[in-house]
Amino acid sequence: MRPATLIDSEHLTLITRRLCYQLIENHDDFSNTAILGLQPRGVAYARRIQKTLQEILPGQEILLGNLDITFHRDDFRRRDIPLAPNQTEVNFLIEGKKVILVDDVLYTGRTIRAGMDAMLSFGRPAAVELLVLIDRRFQRQLPIEPTYIGRSVDSYDNQRVEVKLDAEGEGKVLLYTTPNNNE
Amino acid sequence: MSKLSVDHLLGIKYLLKEDIDLIFDTAQNFKEVINRPIRKVPSLRDITVANLFFENSTRTKLSFELAEKRLSADVVNFSAASSSVKKGETLIDTVNNILSMKVDMVVMRHPNPGAPVFLSRHVNTTIINAGDGTHEHPTQALLDAYSMQEKLGDIKGAKVCIVGDIKHSRVALSNIFCLQKLGAEVMVCGPTTLIPKHIESLGVKVSHNIKEALGWCDVANVLRIQLERQGDEKDVSFFPSLREYTQQFGINGEMIANTGRKIVIMHPGPINRGVEITSDVADSAESVILDQVENGVAVRMAVLYLLASGIGRN
Repeated sequence: MRPATLIDSEHLTLITRRLCYQLIENHDDFSNTAILGLQPRGVAYARRIQKTLQEILPGQEILLGNLDITFHRDDFRRRDIPLAPNQTEVNFLIEGKKVILVDDVLYTGRTIRAGMDAMLSFGRPAAVELLVLIDRRFQRQLPIEPTYIGRSVDSYDNQRVEVKLDAEGEGKVLLYTTPNNNE
Repeated sequence: MSKLSVDHLLGIKYLLKEDIDLIFDTAQNFKEVINRPIRKVPSLRDITVANLFFENSTRTKLSFELAEKRLSADVVNFSAASSSVKKGETLIDTVNNILSMKVDMVVMRHPNPGAPVFLSRHVNTTIINAGDGTHEHPTQALLDAYSMQEKLGDIKGAKVCIVGDIKHSRVALSNIFCLQKLGAEVMVCGPTTLIPKHIESLGVKVSHNIKEALGWCDVANVLRIQLERQGDEKDVSFFPSLREYTQQFGINGEMIANTGRKIVIMHPGPINRGVEITSDVADSAESVILDQVENGVAVRMAVLYLLASGIGRN
């Protein structure tokens, strides 16, 4: 079945700018804030957020790290094939900083739980916020809610949301539906 | 592929090239983990590992134990010196007794070649060979190759010379298998008495001249003269004296300088400074001896992690 387009490229730019202005409201000049993108797909969106913030606040340094959560997942040994880890690149300590975790899609909340666990390996943050491009509402298995939401989506278990971002700044969000898929 | 083709790590012989690549990719991530401010991840928190050392070991045991603890596994240690093995218990009984206490993985070192393979056929657990007699020492070979890859970029086509006591060395055999699977050329160099007959059949070059070997290789992996093993065959001397061995096969800075090339220096430890290698070589910029030790923990974490993922949950 052909996927439905949830967000097209133009909308994505608008949403990203809106999220950035919301971030600026809360974080001022970002001097005590770090952004952590969750591997693999949250990293690309975190980079997009950083780029847009730098356009709005020229010359301002905005800390960005990539966090891999593979070793902190709660489904190790419950899968047939272990997930391949990705690179973690956090070149600063988050001790005392305000951290914004960024992911593309929030679904069950388990990735974010693992992300918070992994994040603590780099210090004790002053506060943690969560920014997601897509919030799949009513699907949570853990008590985790985002601070900033690009768009909320009501979806079924047999649907899959895919965020496609390319380096040129284009991108879109698609919704795939597979009959009888136990995702 | 992101799963090993084997259920145990008994020797490099049983691994595919893809397995080695997967272990290296995973080790890369663990190397980042052990350089974090908090060097611990919770992956193996519901796994219990028994380290069974029927033969003395300091660094391998320490390295395994650190790897296990940094993956949050529960660890129990056993050494033959203080156990019922001395009272006549068989290997299978010893291990089955330990497994009855709900242990998921066994890391074992044993003086008899093939002991881990034998055990893997008779007990129901995941086994990692930490050295069996003069047979294999797979994690050492993996960390050696990983360190080489880190230094050279790619092992394929690299010329590696293993110098010293090849006959009594499990490190040498595992290294030969591992390097060949990764596409390196291997030479062994040492006194005739310390090189096994027919070793050419493994596809390695043989040299009895250290200068010639150094002139050929990109990497020299220098092994320790295992004085404790020279006594296995009581009446046999493999070389007249340590002094003579050093004169013939010891590596010093001048020899390296004479080759006019940079040679990566490796040593699995413990080093007998001034015997197989002089201090200026061991501490030179081209030496990766301490990187090997650091990589040892990361590689062992990768092996434990990948093998543990295959353990079923009951």
